[in-house]
Amino acid sequence: MMASNDVLLKVERLKTYYPIKGGFLRRTIGFVKAVDDVSFEIKSGETLGLVGESGCGKSTTGRTILRLLNPTDGSITFDGKDITFLKGKELRKMRKHFQMVFQDPYASLNPMQMVGDIISEPIRNYTGRSMKEVKEEVFDLLEKVGLPPDAYYQYAHQFSGGQRQRIGIARALALKPKLVVADEPVSALDVSVQSQVLNLLKELQKEFSLTYLFIAHDLSVVKHMSDRIGVMYLGNLVEIADKNSLYAHPFHPYTQALISAIPTPDPHKKKERIVLQGDVPNPINPPKGCPFHTRCPVVKAECKEVKPVLKEVRAGHQVACHLY
Amino acid sequence: MSERDVSALLEVKDLETSFLINGKYYNAVDGVSLRVNRKQIVGIVGESGCGKSVMSLSIMNLLPKNISRIRRGEIVFEGKRIDHLGEEELNRIRGKEMAMIFQEPMTSLNPVFTIGSQIAEVFFTHTNLSKKEARQRSIELLRSVGIARPESVVNEYPHQLSGGMRQRVMIAMAIACRPKLLIADEPTTALDVTVQAQILELLKDIQATNEMAVMLITHDLGVVAEMCDEVIVMYAGKIVERADVHSLFYHPKHPYTKLLMESIPRMDREVETLSSIRGIVPSLAQMPRSGCRFAERCPKAMPECKIVTPKLTEHSPGHEVACLLYEESVPVHEVMK
Repeated sequence: MMASNDVLLKVERLKTYYPIKGGFLRRTIGFVKAVDDVSFEIKSGETLGLVGESGCGKSTTGRTILRLLNPTDGSITFDGKDITFLKGKELRKMRKHFQMVFQDPYASLNPMQMVGDIISEPIRNYTGRSMKEVKEEVFDLLEKVGLPPDAYYQYAHQFSGGQRQRIGIARALALKPKLVVADEPVSALDVSVQSQVLNLLKELQKEFSLTYLFIAHDLSVVKHMSDRIGVMYLGNLVEIADKNSLYAHPFHPYTQALISAIPTPDPHKKKERIVLQGDVPNPINPPKGCPFHTRCPVVKAECKEVKPVLKEVRAGHQVACHLY
Repeated sequence: MSERDVSALLEVKDLETSFLINGKYYNAVDGVSLRVNRKQIVGIVGESGCGKSVMSLSIMNLLPKNISRIRRGEIVFEGKRIDHLGEEELNRIRGKEMAMIFQEPMTSLNPVFTIGSQIAEVFFTHTNLSKKEARQRSIELLRSVGIARPESVVNEYPHQLSGGMRQRVMIAMAIACRPKLLIADEPTTALDVTVQAQILELLKDIQATNEMAVMLITHDLGVVAEMCDEVIVMYAGKIVERADVHSLFYHPKHPYTKLLMESIPRMDREVETLSSIRGIVPSLAQMPRSGCRFAERCPKAMPECKIVTPKLTEHSPGHEVACLLYEESVPVHEVMK
């Protein structure tokens, strides 16, 4: 499909299960199948968006790729190197190439540390630079993310949510990573501040030629940020495509329902809304066959038995559904 | 839109609600007047800290008494002032004539009581139903808000339900006595989009069948466009614009409203850079004393904006805006002061 040297991240049949401990001996009595067979690629310099509702496994996917969680099965190839089961020193060496921006700007910054220390920590840990060089670099980063230089000597609680998110971004960029996983970076922010942070992320992507995995539940935000979008449901990737193709021609019934559910800020655009019935099934015991069949409006007998696999229905547009 | 009974159900006149911060009172709601007609859905939009929740809590008289007070203004419900009623009289109205649903369906239900007993409480307070009848009504209510197996859900506890189901339970409790006014404070913010769609449909259905008025508080302009007849935009404790939903979305006037609309990414249009509003909402203690509260962040601010406080004035029929750009003449002597 594309030249392999272009692919920065390749995820194949990734599975991440959380064990459930129970009983007197705290034995494993089951698994939460948070990510159950996810495969995709991200090219250098592009943004892949992952959308889905809470509990669909999008954050677990992001964290497993960064190896903050250990995968149960499958493989993760980063920059041509298999990092699926990397450990210790080897993993630590790779870590500087992939960083994360967290959702909650209130919880992801240490309240006891000066902002300067928060941002410089990765630089101090990974490079042998002198204190003076490190400091210069931090001032440079502060400017890049639009914070005043005196922020260096302040503490996280002195900043608003939007500014804190800028600090988190500066920390993620401190080591000039290749891949940044942004997990709901704007969902805790107000709309007017949200747009400031989205614009900043886009500017920085150009400047540092970053590759993003952008995880969010807000489809409008994901569409704005991404080149390609993957839709997740109950631990599975059900559709992945170029963003315009996905929004213009959603194939999967779940994607169609998801897109139709977004309220449009236009009182005259009354559209047909597909309202799904019921709730997402429990990931401890996902339904047999297609994970969506319990709520699908166009379910067939086959869907209850056979799990559909991703297949290409148009150029660059893959969908996992028996209808196609 | 169908014809509406235009008599006012709720009127808020010049409301000022203040909070005690370091020994001083600061107005979180500053001179807000509004009116909700019978059967009308009024949307209140604004960012966090703009006073929308404080206003709704003032109406319900649910603010903590030790740190807040209503300094000025009147709240008139069905022609009767309710702002200085005692607890006992208030309780006869709250839950019966007007009800409220909150943002957090997780925290607004009591974790140690069953769903059934929490709904039944509404009946015990406001009606003479027996225990058995109350239970029967609770089951009917749960069914009417789209809960699949109401007979077993009445015996369950809140933690056994999903977020969407909990919000349905909250709605069931709120509409138990068929209130005339429902105040919904960010009812779908904590929910996923597909669940949000279910809850919004449900609210619309109930509003139409029960003929109740809804005051819908939200930060989501999309939700407003789909649900509301009239929209009020608030900023830093004041109303900056009020209009019917059509005028507001097609002819927004206030620079804040315009920027708010341009700063959200939309599915139906493609832009490279979103417009954004510089800075943040000032905190209560840092609120400017005079002039427009948005002047600091406004790209169209004029020197006089920091001196003259704009009044909410009618710009075109039914469309009011509080901005000096739309005031015919700025009194010169005030500028000179």
